[in-house]
Amino acid sequence: MEIKQTAVAGTLESSDIQIMLSKGNDGIQIDLESDVKKQFGDQIESVITETLKKFDIDNAKVKAVDKGALDCVIKARTIAVAQRALKTADQPAWEVL
Amino acid sequence: MADNGERLRRTMMFVPGNNPAMVKDAGIYGADSIMFDLEDAVSMAEKDAARDLVYEALQTQDYGNAELVVRVNGSDTPYYANDVKAMVKAGVDVIRLPKTEDAGMIEDLEKDVLAAEKQFGREEGSTHLMAAIESAKGVLNAPEIAAASDRMIGIALSAEDYTTDMKTHRYPDGAELEFARNMVLHAARAAGIAAFDTVFTNMDDPEGFYRETRYIHQLGFDGKSLVNPRQIAMVNKVYEPTEKEIENAKNVINAIEEARRKGSGVISMNGQMVDRPVVMRAQRVMKLAKASNLLDEEGNYIEK
Amino acid sequence: MKNSVNRELPDDLMKKLNYKDFETTDIGHPDIQRVAPKVHVTTGNDKVVDSIEDVVKKTVKDGMTISFHHHFRNGDFVFNKVMRIIIDLGIKDLTLAPSSLTGVMNDMVIEAIKKGTITNITSSGMRGSLGDFVSHGGLKNPVIFRSHGNRARAIEHGDIKIDVAFLGVPNADKLGNANGMQGDAVFGSLGYALMDAQYADRVVLLTDNIMPYPNTPASIKQTQVDYVVKVDKVGDPDKIGSGATRFTKDPKELKIASTVNDVIVNSPYFKDGFSFQTGSGGAALAVTRYLRQAMIDNKIKASFALGGITKPTTDLLDEGLVSRVMDVQDFDKGAAESMHTNPNQQEIDASWYADPDNKGAMVDQLDVVILSALEIDTGFNVNVMTGSDGVIRGAVGGHQDAATAKLTIISAPLVRGRIATVVPKVTTNVTPGDSVDVLVTEYGIAINPRRKDLQEAFANLPGVPVYTIEELQKMAEAKVGKPKPLEFTDRTVALVEYRDGSIIDAIHEVKD
Repeated sequence: MEIKQTAVAGTLESSDIQIMLSKGNDGIQIDLESDVKKQFGDQIESVITETLKKFDIDNAKVKAVDKGALDCVIKARTIAVAQRALKTADQPAWEVL
Repeated sequence: MADNGERLRRTMMFVPGNNPAMVKDAGIYGADSIMFDLEDAVSMAEKDAARDLVYEALQTQDYGNAELVVRVNGSDTPYYANDVKAMVKAGVDVIRLPKTEDAGMIEDLEKDVLAAEKQFGREEGSTHLMAAIESAKGVLNAPEIAAASDRMIGIALSAEDYTTDMKTHRYPDGAELEFARNMVLHAARAAGIAAFDTVFTNMDDPEGFYRETRYIHQLGFDGKSLVNPRQIAMVNKVYEPTEKEIENAKNVINAIEEARRKGSGVISMNGQMVDRPVVMRAQRVMKLAKASNLLDEEGNYIEK
Repeated sequence: MKNSVNRELPDDLMKKLNYKDFETTDIGHPDIQRVAPKVHVTTGNDKVVDSIEDVVKKTVKDGMTISFHHHFRNGDFVFNKVMRIIIDLGIKDLTLAPSSLTGVMNDMVIEAIKKGTITNITSSGMRGSLGDFVSHGGLKNPVIFRSHGNRARAIEHGDIKIDVAFLGVPNADKLGNANGMQGDAVFGSLGYALMDAQYADRVVLLTDNIMPYPNTPASIKQTQVDYVVKVDKVGDPDKIGSGATRFTKDPKELKIASTVNDVIVNSPYFKDGFSFQTGSGGAALAVTRYLRQAMIDNKIKASFALGGITKPTTDLLDEGLVSRVMDVQDFDKGAAESMHTNPNQQEIDASWYADPDNKGAMVDQLDVVILSALEIDTGFNVNVMTGSDGVIRGAVGGHQDAATAKLTIISAPLVRGRIATVVPKVTTNVTPGDSVDVLVTEYGIAINPRRKDLQEAFANLPGVPVYTIEELQKMAEAKVGKPKPLEFTDRTVALVEYRDGSIIDAIHEVKD
């Protein structure tokens, strides 16, 4: 699906992750900032990518600032930012939840 | 009304639905019920994100034996329908409807919940309901609200909105809430469901908190809505039965056993017949004693 | 070569530095020969000088070992003043042997390393930019980390031979009688610095407050001091407090603290005349408050509280719940002031506190201690030295020493953010699992299988679930996932001594 607008979800509080999603044209490109990047960087990026793929988002720029979020939080924030970017926040994607 | 009397509901801890740190740790404090809030604790702009977060947390986090409750946004808001659907899909134990004014609102909610259960393949009837009473109208309609659905497990008084509606505010002695508390409590008891008292927000006034909790315990409330995990131990302390109450309850339970062994329909203790209310009270005392860690493995009182 | 706790140690370095590998927590009863300092004889009438530079020129030569104390913590002005001059004088190849290094010293230490002024370091710990610098190979020779008790031992043995000690004090008279309790920059106990005063060949006091002679009470004595340097200010009073002295409101910390209290109260050690050490940090203060209530409720009084002291502990002294406070350092102004006014708050030096090679140290008499952990593994080994990224960001402190207590409780959250605290194997083994008894987390406790008695005592603690440590480790992993293993190079950047001077672990340069 086509990203309609740049969107942000999540905060910079501890245990959260803030994700900004904008249009891209070269696959899913993730710029990740995280104190646990060494240990969990790949895992964080894979949760974001997998979740975006469920929305059929294949091209996007992702800027993620992680504050130690668990996978369920990363998934929830990715869903929120994707729906905001697709302008479908008022129609939850039940199949992705 | 659902599984009435089975569960202790002394403490219902509010957890802001858009706060990952609090959502993930909500299970560690031993609350009887955890209430994830999608309503007042979440700003308009974050309603979708909070719903997603609570949904994912409910799918993945271990909250032990706590009853899981979600306060959805009011039925007059654009978020209500999606909140209800998402939480039914998530398999939450209880949906709490804010600002309930009449039985019709619960009937509508029940229809919405049933539709969602069908849509997402959840067992029909598995999602329970509760209502928060936050206005004069709600208080006057409390009896019909409490009895509006077999799914209802409880009603709660929310004093902040209610006192505003009543053109007053909260006072330390709680006189302004006297009528509402008794209405809500009677409505709950008449319908055979739980009654929850309102929150107490001043964390710097433990004396006031204890005073209010002792008071609602005396009235007969099942428990209290809480804004801070630190309040859980305080409520549990108030609801702790005394050694004498426990001994008495044990005697009643023993008399029941005795009667069953003899095949007698009549339970008697010290030569006197034991009525049903006494039996029920004894069972509740034993349950509270167990939850308060006052019994050892054999069911004997532990000296603290 | 692997030592008895299965840590791979660098053979070449071990041989070169003449180190033994760690075998056991049991110190035994060896006969020890202590060293004595050189004394430059004087009647003492020419000690006061105005210029640090003059003193440095007279005392510090290439290749020497110099020391400082860290009682001013992040309010320290002395370290940077002295080091600036030493660097600018072009002195080389010094060994820096402070009791510990705090954040305000980091920039100066890094500069001194880069310019060749400092080529060796031994310390209790290091954090921030300095830890990062060392972990990335910034210092050629490995840092030697020692506990407070072990530093005292090493000084007495001559393993650390201090040529010149620069000791900041909030007051001193013209001959060097000084204490930590009066003046603008008070910090209370001089516990760690007393070792330097006693054993350094040259002792230089720096103070902003010259008192009439003779200045009492004298913690550091005129018989030990070579120079008294008058400076503008020795420290910033507002930054001396460790900061973590406010009672926590974090419900998770409170939950852990209340469980720690449950463990203590239900242990066989909680009886009249027991002793304890709680340390600093929000959770430790909360434990002290819960313990206070439990002592009142059970009509139990403690014989002594030990170690680093905070106001909640001195309050117990004032209330008569604790008979003596044995004080090696004070974490806040309240505790420091109390030492001045309450004769039952005894200043003790690091040797009395925790030196294993002693005729009895306080830690040997300790019943209960609560300690923290960055990581604890399924063998109950504790890391307080390196972060989850492998970078140095901690201190041994009194950890290994106080773990000698009869009941050693590690208090730590199961996970911090996305980092598990309970892990299969600690990144750095600082305190061996043999000396650790109980782990308390927000989810429940784990008891060292070695302690059958405690397994029994805590089996049915109301409201406190007991897990095996393996179960807690799995629980943590289920929450955060499995981290990618850290990558290190072969190069050793630091060695961690056990309190007996053997090597318990090596820290390697991080790869990134």
